[in-house]
Amino acid sequence: MEMGVQLLGYWASPFALRIKWALKLKEIHYENVEEHLPDKSPMLLQYNPVHKKIPVLVHKGKPLAESLVIIEYIDEVWKHNPLLPQDPYQRAKVRFWAKFADEKCVPTMFKAFSKVGAEQEQAAKELRENLKTLESALEGKHFFGGETIGFLDIAVGWIGCWARMNEEVAGVNMIDVEMMPLLSAWFQKFLELPIIKECLPPQDKLLVHTKEFHKMLMAALT
Amino acid sequence: MEEEVKLLGAWPSPYSYRVLWALSLKDIKYEYVEEDLSNKSDLLLQYNPVYKKIPVLVHGGKPISESLVILEYMEETWPQNPLLPQDPYDKAMARFWAKFGEDKGPIFMAIFVTVGEEQEKAAKEAKEQLTILEEQALGEKKFFGGDKIGLTDIVLGWMAGWLDVIEEVSGLKLLEAETFPRLHAWVQRFKEVPGIKEQLPDRDEMLVYYKKKREMFIGSVKP
Repeated sequence: MEMGVQLLGYWASPFALRIKWALKLKEIHYENVEEHLPDKSPMLLQYNPVHKKIPVLVHKGKPLAESLVIIEYIDEVWKHNPLLPQDPYQRAKVRFWAKFADEKCVPTMFKAFSKVGAEQEQAAKELRENLKTLESALEGKHFFGGETIGFLDIAVGWIGCWARMNEEVAGVNMIDVEMMPLLSAWFQKFLELPIIKECLPPQDKLLVHTKEFHKMLMAALT
Repeated sequence: MEEEVKLLGAWPSPYSYRVLWALSLKDIKYEYVEEDLSNKSDLLLQYNPVYKKIPVLVHGGKPISESLVILEYMEETWPQNPLLPQDPYDKAMARFWAKFGEDKGPIFMAIFVTVGEEQEKAAKEAKEQLTILEEQALGEKKFFGGDKIGLTDIVLGWMAGWLDVIEEVSGLKLLEAETFPRLHAWVQRFKEVPGIKEQLPDRDEMLVYYKKKREMFIGSVKP
């Protein structure tokens, strides 16, 4: 059993969820420390003074922030069930796509969720195009990681869950089944995997949370 | 047999220089292709269809885009003169700071595309990031990478070659020696590193280039 692994997280955070998936796939025992956002504990402020954000992984007393950096660290320290591919070129590809998802898909998804009217439609259109581009990274495989899930699956898989919530609450189409059939199918397959599903936040609670967040954002527009 | 290495870059992109520096530090033979960004080549569009941007490293015909992804690839493919520490935690911290440097880039460039009050606000924000770099990222170390330069130094290398030109053209000083003595010393040290010092863009040429760009951004607004 691995001693001294803590995860400072938040139940509704997809970035904390990525870490939970990584830890689960590696069968690493850890202590989950729930932050009661928006209040930040002294521990969080001490462990991540630069960004003051979760997730933070603490291993043998040493803290790490930035979810993709954390996942690469986990993969290097616990070498069984590798998350990243072995080959440097394949590793470059998954890093490229994880970066693309974070830098392109995430902001446009947020914009499509937080705006209305023409601005919202434009953002949703861009998001769909970005997701379509992401689909090409599947290269006809079962999962981004091939026959089994890997780094890229856990880096982007949360989008499937949150997008569905966002679509329902904000009334906008994000994952267009006709436009991106392979990505759609992959999201469904991925989120149904027991090891993935059991870490997801309770869906009814997340829906309430999403609705409240949306209300706040809409109020800020007026 | 050695597979051939090609770099598609553009002067004076600091992102391009990151890869040039790594190639230099690792002593890798390569062919350099200068891209005209106003008229992108078919090769670039083929090799980087997603972003259509430089730098692109092509190794044995296989293209890699995004400078940080390229640097990690280079580190794994050519391990000599390592840019990352061996220890997983130290390596993760280097990546953390490299990402910080990367993410905060636009904050620094904001002084370049603004004037007046907006520019002052941008300068204040930029100095806050410099404080974090000075105190938390660099601290008492010679380089961000420790005794030798590493990934974070390369990602922040634009501060050594470009920042003072941006400051001059924008009419605003950010990296004052008295306020940021460690960063200031790091800039001088970085510029002297063999492999870096031979690969720094010409200051006069950069002044001309960035003055023109600033004029384009600002238009007829007088600072």
